[in-house]
Amino acid sequence: MDDEVILKIEGVTKDYGSVKAVDNVSFSINSGKIVGLLGPNGAGKTTTINMILGILDPTQGLIEVFGKNLKDGRSKISKSINFAAVYAHMPANLTVWQNLYVFGLLYEVKNLKEKIKYLLHEFDLERFSDTKAGLLSSGEASRLNLAKAIINNPRLLLLDEPTASLDPNISQLVRQKIKEYVEKTKTATLWTSHNMQEIEAVFDQVFFLSHGKILLSGNPKTLPSEYGKKDLEELLITVAREPLSFGS
Amino acid sequence: MSFTRVYAIFLRQVFLIKSNPTRLATIFLWVIVDTIQWGFISEYLGSLGQSTFSFITVILGAIILWEFVTRTQHGLMRGFLEDIWSQNFINYFASPLEIKEYLAGLVITSIVTSLSGFWIMVLIAGLAFGYNIFKIGLFLLPFVSILFVFGIAMGIFISAIIFRLGPSGEWLGWPVPLVLSIFSGVYYPISTLPGVLQIVAKLMPPCYVFESIRSILSAGTFSTDLYVNLVIGASLAMISLLMTYKFFIGIYHYNLKTGAIARFNAEAL
Repeated sequence: MDDEVILKIEGVTKDYGSVKAVDNVSFSINSGKIVGLLGPNGAGKTTTINMILGILDPTQGLIEVFGKNLKDGRSKISKSINFAAVYAHMPANLTVWQNLYVFGLLYEVKNLKEKIKYLLHEFDLERFSDTKAGLLSSGEASRLNLAKAIINNPRLLLLDEPTASLDPNISQLVRQKIKEYVEKTKTATLWTSHNMQEIEAVFDQVFFLSHGKILLSGNPKTLPSEYGKKDLEELLITVAREPLSFGS
Repeated sequence: MSFTRVYAIFLRQVFLIKSNPTRLATIFLWVIVDTIQWGFISEYLGSLGQSTFSFITVILGAIILWEFVTRTQHGLMRGFLEDIWSQNFINYFASPLEIKEYLAGLVITSIVTSLSGFWIMVLIAGLAFGYNIFKIGLFLLPFVSILFVFGIAMGIFISAIIFRLGPSGEWLGWPVPLVLSIFSGVYYPISTLPGVLQIVAKLMPPCYVFESIRSILSAGTFSTDLYVNLVIGASLAMISLLMTYKFFIGIYHYNLKTGAIARFNAEAL
């Protein structure tokens, strides 16, 4: 089951006029794997995620999810995808329960009320069930985002800096929750992050983007030594500052 | 088309109204104020110069029906704006929700809110001013239907404009009914307008409704012309609905190309 290709991206490019936000990017993710998409701000990470979510059309290239072209059946395919992003908050004027109920309906989740009860318990949100999402702290709001992100038992999970702006304790708890979930369900996960500790602790593989291109890929634990750097942070800073020396 | 997802969009609007009942003001407050104000104005005008012409019958009926168009357009637009204000587009459009399901959910919301306002106006006009809109007879149903379809079309059109121009586009949306009322023969026959504007008026579905109502109320009988008006008005309303729907879908696809859905609040001009 781990060998099943869940997401395959081939030659994907996104142009904004003369600017190439993503330039001929190709990679794939198998089930049960957590893959990191790394790079400096503006590298094209979020653009890539938005194209996989179907809210941004690629200029060219192919995005296949579960072996199907995303372009040919976005709505059907999206039933088994979900995401959480630091910039995509749940509607602030609905309560935690109302948000999960509305999004559960959008994903046509079976036994929805039971599922919400489970998620509220799992993400320690029971006492906030009737609290409006806008009144939650950053940590609570992140947990709500994650609860929504797995409400449909996705086979492909996209996480855009899910732990950004969280304190180390909450950040570690959130990381742990996601890792447990992926191990249990064999969900393929694409995750962007700037947190080196997180990258080394959680990711099976990383792709390093700069100026829209993938410059490096490999196991985050062995990559630094392969390039003669003391750790991942030093390697990533070098790639960001000298992209040309990495085959850009 | 998934009815569960259409229901989700409608339910979100219900939750919003429940969470803060001040939203009820947009459904009821203005229609109540307009009905009362125009009821008194009509009574005053009727009392001038021993007039035998029933201003209440003509003006209040027109006000109720035009308010219905206004509330329908605003109802749809307001639902759309709620999603803009709460920065909800990424979450919505990254889900299996299709654009036609999203619009269908907003249309159902608009049906419920505009009909609620309509019945309140009918009730106040009857109780306070003795006006019975059902005097128009069975024609009321097709008239209301034409106005409803046109109101939905305008709601979709304005939402598409906002979708294209960004959140500040809403300022173009609120006064639209007022502008359209000039050409729609709501308060006066379109023969009052200069020649060029009469041509514009004849492209407006509501113009056929209001001209017909005046004809029914002044002649007291139903003529063949009324049926012709109905067919033209209904055809124009359906055409405007199809065109605005296509326009909205076009803007949606444009936004998918530019990335405006993902960063909508940055005002994608």
